[in-house]
Amino acid sequence: MFEIKNLKFKDILDIEHLIINKNSVTSIVGESGSGKTTLLKMLNNIISPDEGEIYYEGIEINNYNPIDLRRKVVMLPQTPVIYKGSILDNILIGKRFAKSFNYNLEEIKTLLEKFNVNKNLSESAENLSGGEKQRICLIRVLIMNPEVILLDEPTSALDENTEDIVINYIVEYTKKNNKTLVMVTHAKDIAKKYSDFIIEINKRR
Amino acid sequence: MNGAVRLSILQVISAYLFIIILLLIVRKRGLNREKEIIISTTRMTLQLILTGYILTYIFKTPNPIITVLVISIMEVFAIQNIIKRSKNRLSKELKKVVIFSMLTGTLFTLIYFIFIVINIKPWYNPQYFIPLAGMVIGNSMTGISLGINKLVEGFKNQVDMIECSLMLGASPKDASKSILDNAFDSAILPTINSMVGMGIVFLPGMMTGQILSGSSPLVAIEYQIAIMLGILGSVSISVIIFLLLGYKTFFNNRMQIKREEL
Repeated sequence: MFEIKNLKFKDILDIEHLIINKNSVTSIVGESGSGKTTLLKMLNNIISPDEGEIYYEGIEINNYNPIDLRRKVVMLPQTPVIYKGSILDNILIGKRFAKSFNYNLEEIKTLLEKFNVNKNLSESAENLSGGEKQRICLIRVLIMNPEVILLDEPTSALDENTEDIVINYIVEYTKKNNKTLVMVTHAKDIAKKYSDFIIEINKRR
Repeated sequence: MNGAVRLSILQVISAYLFIIILLLIVRKRGLNREKEIIISTTRMTLQLILTGYILTYIFKTPNPIITVLVISIMEVFAIQNIIKRSKNRLSKELKKVVIFSMLTGTLFTLIYFIFIVINIKPWYNPQYFIPLAGMVIGNSMTGISLGINKLVEGFKNQVDMIECSLMLGASPKDASKSILDNAFDSAILPTINSMVGMGIVFLPGMMTGQILSGSSPLVAIEYQIAIMLGILGSVSISVIIFLLLGYKTFFNNRMQIKREEL
């Protein structure tokens, strides 16, 4: 699905060759500052490498229209970003960017329930707790139905119990719907428990 | 109509006496702005005296080249003022957008008003062209100055939100929408506010000048209405063009935000 060749970025990343498989769960681990997030951002084409190539489905990433690519390969940043408006507005914003205005309300309600967010969809999203915001952002990505889901520390604001529930659900969803999941995490046990592949990045010295 | 009552030298001097009283108060209160008041008063006096003589000369000998020259000087001064006064460092591309939007917005408005609304003959008649241009250019300048600050600050403060939108597949335009709306509002608000208060809270400067110099208030309002519509149009067009082109300078050709330039 993704193939990286001779990638270099500043003095942060130097990757000779890396393949990320389709329909699988891959975790990226490594100490902070090793470039995990940078790598994820490159797969979403929000940053470009200084040197080297990244292929998605056999085509060099720069040959895609960046907007089309990002709608297939959606990334969730580490800090949850909440937009002005209700919880529903926040969940739908990804679809709205793609000018897609149909949505399944039942699906959204089920996701909220599964993720333990006991809030009304019409409530303002700005007053939610950090953990609730993070889960709203996850739902936002899931309902976009992307081919690849890139998650940067998706559970950093959640307690262990909720973390397990949420990751478990996303992994299950990925498998069931033939998606590809790539997540950055600092929790090695989560990576081991759920991933088919683990990429470990070492800090350059 | 009668001409205005001419002020004698003594009368003008008595107006300065007023400022001297102000200076005394400022000094006594320890407000530390004596220098600024003196400099601004002196500059204003010298600039207006000079302008008065230059305009007298220009009005006596209407000439299209001189009219165009005067407009060009105004435009250059206004553009420089926007760039110099910006609180933020502006990229080269953004400066180009300032120049383009100022010129298109103000010139379009001026041409429309000179040829269609007021229909001056000859078109370069400096007595109409120059004051009109001054008001249109001055107000667009203020509008873009306000817009530029909101735009640059918006990108600085909301870079994470814009990047998140891009990651979700938003176009750069959709990702910057809230910043653009906000910048447009703050750029145009002073013009809107002054229109709402006009005639009730205050008499606009141009109308006051016309009335003082002996025009009938009815003639004065005709011009004032036309001018205000022109100003509103010019500010809006300049700011819209500025914002529509300006936000693009914050993204590269891969639709990535240029973080290093913020």
